[in-house]
Order: sequence, then C-alpha cells, then structure tokens
Amino acid sequence: MNVTAVRALIRNELRLFLSDRRAMIVGMLVPILIAAFFGYVFGGTGKQENQGRIPIAVVDEDLSSVSRAITADLGSDKLLQVSVLDRIAAQAQVRSGKQNAAAVFPKGFGEQTTRSLFTGRDKPQVELLVDPSQATGARVIEGLLAQYSMQEISREAFSGDFGVKAIDDYLARLDAQGEAPGGDTATRSDLKEVLRAAQRLNRRERTEAAPSGKASGGQPNGSTNTQGGFGLSIPYTVTSTEVTAHDNVPYNAYAHSFAGMSVQFILFAGIDAGILLLLTRQRGIWQRLRSAPIRRTEFLIARSLATTLIGLFQLLVIYLAAALIFKVRIEGSAAGFIMIGVAFCMLNAAFGLMLATLGRSPSTTRGVSMMVMLLLVMIGGAWVPAFVFPRWLQSASLYTPTRWAVDGLDAMTWRGLPLHAALAPTAVLLLSALVCLLIAIMRFRWEE
Amino acid sequence: MLQVENLRKYYGTRKAVDGISFRVGQGETVGLLGPNGAGKTTAIAMICGIARPDSGQVTIGTAKLDVDAYALKRRVGLVPQDLALYEELSAWANLQLFGGLYGLDAATLRQRADAALHLVGLTDRRHDRVQSFSGGMKRRLNIAGALLHDPDLILLDEPTVGVDPQSRNAIFDNLLDLKRGGKTLLYTTHYMEEAERLCDRVLIIDHGRILADDTVTALKARHANLEAAFMDLTGRALRDGVES
Repeated sequence: MNVTAVRALIRNELRLFLSDRRAMIVGMLVPILIAAFFGYVFGGTGKQENQGRIPIAVVDEDLSSVSRAITADLGSDKLLQVSVLDRIAAQAQVRSGKQNAAAVFPKGFGEQTTRSLFTGRDKPQVELLVDPSQATGARVIEGLLAQYSMQEISREAFSGDFGVKAIDDYLARLDAQGEAPGGDTATRSDLKEVLRAAQRLNRRERTEAAPSGKASGGQPNGSTNTQGGFGLSIPYTVTSTEVTAHDNVPYNAYAHSFAGMSVQFILFAGIDAGILLLLTRQRGIWQRLRSAPIRRTEFLIARSLATTLIGLFQLLVIYLAAALIFKVRIEGSAAGFIMIGVAFCMLNAAFGLMLATLGRSPSTTRGVSMMVMLLLVMIGGAWVPAFVFPRWLQSASLYTPTRWAVDGLDAMTWRGLPLHAALAPTAVLLLSALVCLLIAIMRFRWEE
Repeated sequence: MLQVENLRKYYGTRKAVDGISFRVGQGETVGLLGPNGAGKTTAIAMICGIARPDSGQVTIGTAKLDVDAYALKRRVGLVPQDLALYEELSAWANLQLFGGLYGLDAATLRQRADAALHLVGLTDRRHDRVQSFSGGMKRRLNIAGALLHDPDLILLDEPTVGVDPQSRNAIFDNLLDLKRGGKTLLYTTHYMEEAERLCDRVLIIDHGRILADDTVTALKARHANLEAAFMDLTGRALRDGVES
C-alpha cells in the first residue's frame, strides 16, 4: 500500500475541512445550540423546580368548600401549575395554548357531589376545556382531578355541612319512600345503619374540630377543609426513584439531546463528504488524482479514514461542550463510549462514500440524502427519545443504525452501563458500515 | 520514451480513438492537434492511465500500461485541461498533496515544491489560497503540480486555455525551460502558433485517427502554413456538440 499517498490524501481532506472555518464552526456550534435547547425542554439537568409542570386553569363557579379544597390540592401538586380564572379568560388561554386545559366547577358542585356520593344520582358535570394538541397533559389532569375530588368530596361527606345535609336528606327519603338500592327491607335497614354511623362520625368530627378550627366542613363557601376531617384517599403512596448511572445522579436530559444532535450533525458532515466527492469528480482535480499511482482501494481507505477523523473531531468538540457547560458525564464505560463513537463515525464515512457512488449529480444527491438522513435521525430517536414513540415505531426504529448509535451513547453516558452494553451497538454500527462500504466499493468508478 | 501502439477506445458504439500509433523520443516535444471531439483528450487519458484502452498498448520507457499501470503512472506528469487545484487551499498545500500522491518523502517534497514554484514564478505566493490567484497564475500552478515527482513524460492538455497573452507567454517560457531540461512533452492545443513555437513534431488527429505525423517544417513545406495543413486534413465542417 502507498502509505505516503494515503497519508497525503487524509491530510488534504483535513485541510479542506479546516479551511472552511465558518462551515466548521457552524457544524459544531449549531448541534451544541440545538442540543442545549432540546435538553432544556426535556428537563435539563433535572434540577429545575418548575420544569415540566403542566399549566392548567381552574374556573370555580361554585366557590364551595369542596371546590376550593380541590383547587388547593391541584395547586399543591408538583405536576401542575394552576391558575384560577373566570370562564372567559380560561377559554381564551386554552385556545391560545397558554393552558393545557381548564376545569370548570359548576355552581352547586360541592353540594351535588356530596349528595350523589350516597345516592349515585344527579351528578354535577365538571367541564374540562382541553387544548387538543396537549392530549397527554389533559389525561394527567383528568386523573389528578378524579383523585383530589374523591378525597375532598368524601371528606365533606363525613365531616362537612353538605355531608350532614346529604345524609339527613337521604335518610328522610329512605324513611318516607322506602327507597333503597335493592329495595328489600333488610338492605334498607343496613343502609340506614351505615348512614346513621356516618352521621355520628360527621358530628363528632365537627365537634372535635370546632375548638381548633381545623375542619371547615361546616362552613360552606368558607375556607377549605384540606387540613382535617375524615375522607377517603388513595390507599397507598408512591415514591419515584430515578434509576440512572449511580445513586444520587439525577437524569440529565442534555445527555440524550447531545447524543441525538451529535449523530445528526456528524451525518450532515458525512453527506457533505459524499457531495464533495461528487463535485470533485466534475473537476480537473479528479483527473490528477486518478493519474497518480494510487489504487482505488487506497483512495477509498483514505477518504473513509479522513471522514471518520472529521466525525470524531466533531464528536469530541460537541461532547466537550456538553461536559463543560451542561455537565454531561460518561457515567458508564469510557472505552464503550469511544467504541460506539468510532463505529458510528466509520459508518458515517461509509455512508458518505455510498452516497457519492449512488448519486448522479450533487444537487439531487444532496436532496435525497438529506431526506433519508432526517428520516433516520427522526426514527432513530435523535430528536426526541424513542420511548415516546408508539410501540410499533420503537420496534421499527431498531432497524436504523441511528437508533443504535443514540441508544449506545445514552447507555455510556447517563445510563452508566458497562462496556458489554456497548458491544451490540458497536457491532450493529460496524456491520452497517460494512454494508455501505461494500455498496460503495462495488459502485465506485475509478478508471473509465 | 513513449510508444503508443494501435490504441483504441469506444464509448458505447462511438469510436473515440481508432487505432492510433506513434512514438515520442526522449527530450522531444510533440504537439497533438485536432478539432473538438477528435480524440485528443481520450488519447491523453489512456496514455496517463486514467482511461482503460479497449485494445492497444502504451509503453513509457520500459513500463507497460497493461502490465504495471502504477509504474507507468510514476513516469508521467499530467496537466489536465480543467484546473486540477483545490482553490480553497494554498498553493503550497496543493503541491503537498500532489507530491504526496507519488510517495515523495517530506524533505524531497519540500525541495521539489520550492523548485516547481520557482519555475512558474509563484514562490512569493506559496501560502496564498489559490482562489486569490489570477487565471494565468492558476494555469502556472496547474503545471507546477505535474512536475513534483520529476516525471520523464509531461502530458499537457491545452494548458493555455483562457489565459491572457502575458500569462500564455509566461507558460511558454516555463515549457521551454522544461524542454531545455530534457523533459519529454506531449502537448495538445488548438493554437497553431503555440505548436509552431514549441513543438519539434506535430500529430494531427481527427475522428480518432492520426492524419499526419511530421515535423512542423515538413508540414509547412507541403501546405501554406500549419493552419492550412490542419484545415486541409481535418476539413472545414463545424464540430459542435462533439466531445472527446
């Protein structure tokens, strides 16, 4: 092999890359900026207090103790950012996208809900005004609303004025009409017993709470009753632990976004390398290269190595910025990170060569390859993590090398996985590189 | 030095070169004249090993194209018709690449690049980007790029296309220097006065065949002048749309 010639070709490619300072800076600054943006949007370093809170509005047309208590509960939830508005303002803000949804408690909500808790009839309707582009957020709100409503309405039933009134009314109706869900005498008698027990409980709760002012169930339209009183609640608590590289290492969303943007912009450089080769073929320099005593394999090796080195340089600079500015760390295997980086850059070089051999003109090749590349990075989870995809797309994306590259870099950074977790991504990337290279070798025209 | 025997090349069904044979002696300067599409560039491409002949043989010294194309390539310097330069790089960086392709070590390459730049008068612009050069300077650097590996045979494919008279004159001086230095030159051109001034012998080629192979003096003796010889042999029909 003519090593001097290969070295000269590599050096020349690097010179060409470095000679276009503006393109070089853009090629590294833009991915850093975009990764910073995506990283921030998806949670940053996990330290921001208000990050990711879902903005919702509450329209309280009832102003009862129940509706106020639910509003207060929603307001103290870490997932939500609650604004209390009137109906017109809430509607306007949902329409403009400032709120994901607005829950409207109608007049009489507190009293009706307490009564229908026992009777199951005449349920009031809570209206949920939803931004259709924020369907996931709306479902979260619906769930939280159900949780807090159940808690506060049951508390009102067992320790509030509405509860006393609802139980008294229901008992009176049972006595007067012989009304009961089953209809038979035994059931009616048991039900009355339960209701009387609830009535006693309610009175005792109110009596005990009165001196300390804890419970406010007896003050409809007064202060909330979240501080005391008996009520039903979810019979378990949930603690959420971030399973990351090590204990006390929070998830850093920048780690994923930098993986994604590195993959995307290194692929851009690979396409540029392919286009440059196509352009070179149209220039006199192509004749001079072919008139020199170098073999086609030497030429292809030199091109591949040069593009690989350029890709590695980009990866290094982008991850340096990620480490210095955004605290992205290789929590897993550094060797694994290097393996995946090198394998991906080799794939990128082979991909660029393949494009140059398949393409006919630089302009059409650029258009087609951009489309293919954007599709690959999108499906590969470079923009948003693949876990947000539908199940079928998650499976399909495993057939794209970009998914393996992004997942591999994730595994070696924030997931903190060991070296053996890098083997499969590296193997897939190298195999893909080999396929691209074989196509390039078969299609590459050196002599006429 | 150069021996071409019965060289043929087809592009599809079109004959680009149709069995040409000629010899060029050591230190000789031979002009290859022909209208557009005559087969000049294809012939040059085969001689320097970038196009594979369908049949025939090219021998340079003892190196044969079909036996060891790489040995043959080491003895040839090509000055392509289109500028073979990276405009975004400096003159020096371009020469570093071209010398490196021929396996020159760093010290030799530095010395040869200095000499080549001196020959074409670009020593003081060595570190400037080629894109800042005038057309004539680029043409001269294009020639310098073919000299670094000290080839025995230099193939010049219309090296003065698109330059002003001053630059053409400078290029001529460079080529005369090379000739005086004992280099063998094969030179394609449309300009008869260039052939008259530079060439010991002229080959007139058309439709892929050699129509005349003689000295300038002998051709002028048979026709009124070199241009008349060219027109008499190749005819007056326009050759639009024909490419070699």
